[in-house]
Amino acid sequence: MERLRLVENPVDRLARTIEALLVIASKPLSVAELAAATEEEEEERVETALGLIASRFREGRSGIVLEHVAGGYAYRAAREAADACGRLVERPVQRGLTQAALETLSIVAYLGPVSRPEIARIRGVAADSAVAGLVERGLIAEAGREAEGGAVRYETTPLFERVFGLENADALPELDELAGDVEELRTRLENVARRPA
Amino acid sequence: MATAVRELPLDLDAFEGPFDLLLTLVLREELELRDVDIAEIVLAFVERLAEREELDLEACGEFLVLSAALLELKARGLFPDEELDLEGLDPEEAAEELAERLAAYRRFRAAAGWLEERLDAESDRYFRLGAAPLAPTPSRPIARQDPAQLVVALRSLAAVPAEPSLRHLVLSYPPLSRFLDRFRTLLRARGRFAFDNEVDRLSRVEQIVAFLALLELRKRGEAQIAQAGPFEPITVWNASAS
Repeated sequence: MERLRLVENPVDRLARTIEALLVIASKPLSVAELAAATEEEEEERVETALGLIASRFREGRSGIVLEHVAGGYAYRAAREAADACGRLVERPVQRGLTQAALETLSIVAYLGPVSRPEIARIRGVAADSAVAGLVERGLIAEAGREAEGGAVRYETTPLFERVFGLENADALPELDELAGDVEELRTRLENVARRPA
Repeated sequence: MATAVRELPLDLDAFEGPFDLLLTLVLREELELRDVDIAEIVLAFVERLAEREELDLEACGEFLVLSAALLELKARGLFPDEELDLEGLDPEEAAEELAERLAAYRRFRAAAGWLEERLDAESDRYFRLGAAPLAPTPSRPIARQDPAQLVVALRSLAAVPAEPSLRHLVLSYPPLSRFLDRFRTLLRARGRFAFDNEVDRLSRVEQIVAFLALLELRKRGEAQIAQAGPFEPITVWNASAS
């Protein structure tokens, strides 16, 4: 009797290896990093394998979800398990971000690398404590010094993209899209000035 | 100071309270002006004006002077080394630059708002960040207790403890007569014996009593004792036999 031989799809094998890499990584892994670790010469095949994994690990099908975030791929918990996750772990990075911190973060995200004096100039208030708080949370990090004056410059970290669920730094909306109310302030000031005494 | 200005309520990052308190704190240098958002103060004042039916010119004038002074103080504090060529700045240019700066700030404020919404929308996304600190376990309140149980527990603490037993400290000495009799019997039967052999298997206390008995026999002249040197075997023999 002829023995049956199971012919394995090589992409399946690659997908299993990538799953193993994703489960031990504590940061998102890029296609290039995955290709290097699996000794796969064609990045396209890594992407195909990632597609296979994404179809297995998705919302509604699995408690683990593969996501494309911060320039790479990583596992996260399914959203339906969020309440249970919240009872087990804290999220010190996200918790209690003040308005001052969010404004500073948005300036660093759009203009970075940017120095503290530049941030202060835009916000009109000193940015020292907001910057220190964001550095401590790991959302921004030092990125060299200014050529003139030598002030330390800051930029956002991969953690920033991960926390805010951004695929990469380009996923931020255009600033002009957000600035619809610039005229509104001027109109309000003028209306008050024109009011008859 | 006009009441409208003095009592203007402010809710800023660095300060919350009426405007005149803010001024007092700034003048006493108890509040860093560099941490105060003056645009917020202006907005608060403008909104207060908009709520009123009539325009209080006196209040407006005072507010302008005060906020301009605050702005100048703050500008000097923020950029102490910067030489500004204000002389050559055209009022229209200055206004344009101010408008541009305000517009830039408004844009980043809007961006911050977007980030805040995004953070809110992503609040159910959990992922691993190296070792995550464990969340504090919820405190479990103690079940209702009976006060009588507390009384019982305290009463047991207040009771006088029993006298401790000293029995283990008491040494029991065998009577001296026991060894006197024994050594006399030996001397009568054999005439001489080696002390060490006789006490070899006895306890320390018994050996001491046996040695005292030997000294007693020597004192009474019933036995003779000889020892070649310190820690050498002791030989005992009948005094009347020698």
